[in-house]
Amino acid sequence: MINTGLKELSQALAAKKISSVELSSLFLDRIERLNPDLNAFVTVDREKSLKSAADADARLAAGTAGALTGIPIAQKDIFCAEGWTTTCGSKMLANFVAPYDATVIEKLHAQAGMVSLGKTNMDEFAMGSSNETSYFGPVKNPWDRTRVPGGSSGGSAAAVAARLAPVATGTDTGGSIRQPAGLCNLTGLKPTYGVVSRYGMIAYASSLDQGGPMAQSAEDCALLLNAMAGFDPRDSTSLERPAEDYARDLDKPLAGLRIGLPKEFFAAGCDAGVMAAVQAAIKEYEKLGAAIVDVSLPNSHLSVPAYYVIAPAEASSNLSRYDGVRFGYRAPEYGNLDDMYMKTRAQGFGAEVKRRILIGAYVLSHGYYDAYYLQAQRIRRLIANDFVEAFKSCDVIMGPTSPTTAFRLGEKSADPVQMYLSDIYTIAVNLAGLPGMSVPCGFADDLPVGLQLIGNYFDEARLLGVAHRYQMATDWHRRLPGGID
Amino acid sequence: MNQWEVVIGIETHAQLATVSKIFSGASTAFGAEANTQACAVDLALPGVLPVLNKKAVECAIRFGLAIGAKVAEKSIFARKNYFYPDLPKGYQISQFELPVVVGGAITVQVGSGDKAYEKTINLTRAHLEEDAGKSLHEDFHGKSGIDLNRAGTPLLEIVTEPDMRSSEEAVAYARALHALVQWIGICDGNMQEGSFRCDANVSVRRPGQPFGTRREIKNLNSFRFLKEAIDFEVQWQINEIVEGRKIQQATVLFDPDTGETRTMRTKEDAHDYRYFPDPDLLPLVIGADWIERVRGELPELPAQKRERFQSELGLSAYDASTLTASQEIADFFESTVAVAGKASAKPCANWVMVDLAARLNKDGKEVAQSPVSAQQLGGLILRIVDNTISNNIAKKVFEALWNGEGATADEIIDKQGLKQITDTGAIEAIVDEVLAANAANVAEFKAGKEKAFNALVGQVMKSAKGKANPQQVNELLKKKLAG
Repeated sequence: MINTGLKELSQALAAKKISSVELSSLFLDRIERLNPDLNAFVTVDREKSLKSAADADARLAAGTAGALTGIPIAQKDIFCAEGWTTTCGSKMLANFVAPYDATVIEKLHAQAGMVSLGKTNMDEFAMGSSNETSYFGPVKNPWDRTRVPGGSSGGSAAAVAARLAPVATGTDTGGSIRQPAGLCNLTGLKPTYGVVSRYGMIAYASSLDQGGPMAQSAEDCALLLNAMAGFDPRDSTSLERPAEDYARDLDKPLAGLRIGLPKEFFAAGCDAGVMAAVQAAIKEYEKLGAAIVDVSLPNSHLSVPAYYVIAPAEASSNLSRYDGVRFGYRAPEYGNLDDMYMKTRAQGFGAEVKRRILIGAYVLSHGYYDAYYLQAQRIRRLIANDFVEAFKSCDVIMGPTSPTTAFRLGEKSADPVQMYLSDIYTIAVNLAGLPGMSVPCGFADDLPVGLQLIGNYFDEARLLGVAHRYQMATDWHRRLPGGID
Repeated sequence: MNQWEVVIGIETHAQLATVSKIFSGASTAFGAEANTQACAVDLALPGVLPVLNKKAVECAIRFGLAIGAKVAEKSIFARKNYFYPDLPKGYQISQFELPVVVGGAITVQVGSGDKAYEKTINLTRAHLEEDAGKSLHEDFHGKSGIDLNRAGTPLLEIVTEPDMRSSEEAVAYARALHALVQWIGICDGNMQEGSFRCDANVSVRRPGQPFGTRREIKNLNSFRFLKEAIDFEVQWQINEIVEGRKIQQATVLFDPDTGETRTMRTKEDAHDYRYFPDPDLLPLVIGADWIERVRGELPELPAQKRERFQSELGLSAYDASTLTASQEIADFFESTVAVAGKASAKPCANWVMVDLAARLNKDGKEVAQSPVSAQQLGGLILRIVDNTISNNIAKKVFEALWNGEGATADEIIDKQGLKQITDTGAIEAIVDEVLAANAANVAEFKAGKEKAFNALVGQVMKSAKGKANPQQVNELLKKKLAG
């Protein structure tokens, strides 16, 4: 059961081959056994999960179940879930019990009837590419436990990779779904900005944050996205569009598909092993009938610097609410009001969060705003325009998800710039607001390599189809790490 | 004082009369128990997002149209970042570079009588923003309490050019604006509850010189405080300059108990608010169709009414301005005219502005609470105009109406026999009687004492119980005394 896709799980539940309580218990037992070492979950509540599972079984029995009813899921701890401790990986919220459901949680839990197995570890406030900034300690990559799983959705990635959950939610601000998916041999999708509601998803950088599925396959991503996506009047940046079936193009043949390869993604700076796996995947696509087109994203080298102005700027403001006044951490001892603020925030936030708040406050300050923030916004437009140009001659853009495979714990944590560069291929997609995926495409030195697929706006269904056809022809996504039995 | 020119600009925060908050569904009703009207969005819980209240936007459009401003096709919500315990998000959502209303003007009447003049105050802008909560410093044993009921209440911040040159002009503007926002139904105008509060930017200069350094007096919530604060501040600034000190740009508070202003913070410790566009909200786009729909729903505006009262009813600019000080007064006046007739507009104006106003004032009542209705007053004025009663008797009838002694002026006139005596024979009989009985006065008059004539008129009116037509009494007396 642990290597089974959503469709089969759904059929098994519908056919009463297994109950949701049984299935959920199976995964909860695995979490109990494997999580102490992996540290993928920060909160597990067996009682609460089994109560949901029992509710799901009742729906299954009553015939009111949907396609995902009763299927367990791991929730990134960035989503507020009523009655669940929701920490966002921070000491600041270590004891914060959310009094309401994020729209994503409401859709997956209350509406779809999925069973939340727990809340997964993550970089603090989603700031990080290795999961090492979490207040609750780093997550280990199931493929090599001396290595990082990527971040910030590292807990979700490790949980699905080690089959502690069949599927998980993630969020992606600069690559936080795709990079950990790539490093842990998963399929992950960051939708077009505005497709998945941000309501109840704790904000890091509001104009870039987007939730999405992390799963064992493109098909599972499609099924999960069907349940996650949709217009939400509580999120003003949510897009009012008719509902769509993201699985509709899964079986569409690839003949005639034009794959754009941006020369900037295939230049120096990428590990040879990663590049070899990506090239082999592109050969496979050619065999499946796709045509290769050379494209260019001339401003992509500016994406990391622009991102590290815009994201910290928004974060510095988004994180002002953690002031010790109404909820969350408050320093135990302080003098006056300013002292309370300073001690609370100095003690409650970790180093990377404080670094980004400082950068953000600086780039927004009087006299620097034009030179940094406005300039970064201009670059953001140039980057988006690059993609508009590129998509005139291709349907999908491909390249590596990350320049390296999973790095060692501690390897980059002392050098923020090296860490930031691990998102060099993913960040431009967030700046442009486009959908992007990572799909397992092989291994380098026994570590997974992710192939990144970038689609035009609202082309999720096409991207998922393109990924699915590849997964029909290859078995990289079915490979499992050792030591998870 | 003469060699100094005062320069004043005013920023007003008008609380918009919406049912719910500007970015959440929580109620805006005043006076609820602390923190019972603050939802997850107002509390700034992790993950919550703002959703703009369209009613607040509509209020801004109404205001823009009412002052002849440009309603921006596209405006932007920005975050104003600062830390304070009653500011839950650590930033206030406001508008900065692109406000919803740009320009416009309000023409006001300053002073009264011969010294009255009209002045047009230009507006810079008006923008939408959310209010903060309230910090409560009492009753918490050395700690502060926070009430977030007010957090997220919609405000329209209305900013003038530095166009006012005296505290009188500032008060005239504030009163006119106060009347206007209520007139167009966007603000309840309740100053005690903080629905309408003014900040005054004050500086002084020698005429013809560039603007002096300004100091901003914050949060003035009555017209009297506005005037007192400006007057004190002006004198203080002049003294400083005269004594050789420079004015430092500063924010000051007015203490109504001492009548003084004191510095709260200077420019040096001013915040850097790190404004930037709020990524949680899309640009506010207002289409022409929306503007036209709102325009169609606007009532006749005070300026339009003022114009019509002059052109159609022949009132003076001062009368027209006084009668349009509020919608209630204007409505009362128009209803009075509707009964008394347009030809009687001037007496109607006088009765509303003078007699009714004084009587309301005496009882501390608003025009809307007047015991004498506009229909009753109109009926009374009809009887003055057709000479049924004199002005003096009319005052008696008015008082009787006020006290509920009758449903109409006619009823009271009948019941109390107040109908004017216009029969010349009857008046002549009284006059003869009075002349015979007051020989001394007659002699005085004939000796050249004009005052004696008035005494005789008084005697006649007294004998006639005030009902004799005064004009006829005058004529008859003159004729008889000359004879």
